[in-house]
Amino acid sequence: MKIYVCVKHVPDSAATITVKGETEIEEGITFLMNPYDEHAVTEARRLKEIFPESEIIVVCFSKPGAEGTLRSALAMGADRGILVTTGHRHDPIMTARVLKTAISQDGQPDLILTGRESIDSEGMQTMFRLAHLFNIPAATNVVQIETAGNDVLVSCEKEAGAREMLKLAMPCVLAAGKGLNNPRYPTFPDIVKARKKEINIIDFEKLDIPEPESRVELVCLAPAIEKRTPKEITGSTTSIAEQIVSILKDEARVI
Amino acid sequence: MKKIGLLIEFKEGVLKPANLGMITAAVKEGHELFAILMEVVTSDIQQQLARYGVDHIVKVVMNRPDWNPARWAQAVVTVLERLDIHILMGMTSAQGKDLLPRIAAILDAPLVMDCVHVDFDRQTAKTSQYSGKTTATFSLTGETILYGMRPNAIAAVVHPTTPQVIEQTLDIPEQTNLQVLEVLPGKLGAQNLSEADVIVSGGRGMKNGENFKLIFDCAKAFGDAAVGASRVAVDEGWVPYAMQVGQTGTKVNPTVYIACGISGSVQHLAGMKTSGLIIAINSDANAAILAHCDYIVIGDLFDILPALTHELEKNRGQYYRK
Repeated sequence: MKIYVCVKHVPDSAATITVKGETEIEEGITFLMNPYDEHAVTEARRLKEIFPESEIIVVCFSKPGAEGTLRSALAMGADRGILVTTGHRHDPIMTARVLKTAISQDGQPDLILTGRESIDSEGMQTMFRLAHLFNIPAATNVVQIETAGNDVLVSCEKEAGAREMLKLAMPCVLAAGKGLNNPRYPTFPDIVKARKKEINIIDFEKLDIPEPESRVELVCLAPAIEKRTPKEITGSTTSIAEQIVSILKDEARVI
Repeated sequence: MKKIGLLIEFKEGVLKPANLGMITAAVKEGHELFAILMEVVTSDIQQQLARYGVDHIVKVVMNRPDWNPARWAQAVVTVLERLDIHILMGMTSAQGKDLLPRIAAILDAPLVMDCVHVDFDRQTAKTSQYSGKTTATFSLTGETILYGMRPNAIAAVVHPTTPQVIEQTLDIPEQTNLQVLEVLPGKLGAQNLSEADVIVSGGRGMKNGENFKLIFDCAKAFGDAAVGASRVAVDEGWVPYAMQVGQTGTKVNPTVYIACGISGSVQHLAGMKTSGLIIAINSDANAAILAHCDYIVIGDLFDILPALTHELEKNRGQYYRK
């Protein structure tokens, strides 16, 4: 099997985000692999254990500096990487085209894995756009994958813990949810080995992708404003409970 | 005046309450609203939609009505094309996350998910980014434009209309490469967090899984509040992952969020800080969550939570639900 895993290089969720200019952020912060993508890489590795002839190729479209994220993926078990570099932020419409082109130029996928969303832009759509460009089926928030001949049987998590069992024909795009597995963090020898693995760096401009007619353009990025001024509720336990009930009734009007 | 398609969601044949806020978000802009209904439409549902300001009710009758995200996405695309609708709004729910991006992919149309504000005239949408630390405004360009609203982002306002019913009979080809084999309902007690009006949540301070009974009891005393949890409570195995609120759990936006024994990591805050009113009960006066609340109680949740449950039960019947 040829398994392509699309990963995104994102700011650490604990990092302080400082807005720079109209739409940029200060980038001197810790970046790492998008957490959902770690589940995708781990799953690719698990599938390779079942199908040892498989090859895992990790693909990333990013501003320069994403090599660290690719090396992490390689240390977690991917065989080689493709990094498409750009100087700008692109929308999911373009990102899907870039991933499609980079994968197609490399080989024929049997399976494409991604995370269910990125924790920075939270677009939740690139995997479906990518699948549509390949004309193959897709599923999101996948928490279980089982191969069955030319099909995959997957379980997807829906709201309130509901599950949906789907059958998809391969090739297909599967977007990993958190429950899929426990990411396998690399050992020191894995990290050393990953340094020698190949990363093919491609310049975005060289892919020569026509500008799509549809666009999602970021026009303004502003720090989120915290408007709350906490008020402490004090008194006896009963009095506290009564005060909360009055707030729920008069202020929030939920009871 | 533009034509706006609204993708209406159901839960077990009943209209989800969060639809109504989405309708209000669209009504505010003064356009022609088309509620697109993929499931059986009862007169009760029609009345509810009329009460909140829909101009047309589009009943979609498919050759195979059972749920299949790929076929449903194709059906919505066909309806939009037939009725010449170029703006579609849906919810950022589990179903919305499975349908809206599929529709956007088929149409190669721009889409912004989890919008807290949209402007149909200027074709812009506001959403949060970077774990809720920033607010981003997007400009959308395309022949058809899609918006995924954050559930409960806008409170529903009554706006009566007399909608016209349009029936659309569709013959969508079978999806051979994607089949839905089975849909398994969630376990009892795991309510739908993303659209809940009230959430009572527990964290490390709950100490074990058994103590979550106090949270469940309190939620029950509200009538239909949902129960949430912090990542610690999930990782410890006290409650299932479906209950996790936060960056890598469910992002919630209720009218009231009650955090019990939750310290308030950045990741947890990212999932709940847009809640209407936040109340925290914590024994640690230095807990990070306290700065992000409207009301705080510094004390033992094992005393306060049962007292609150008791008070809610005592007053039940005396109060009416909105």
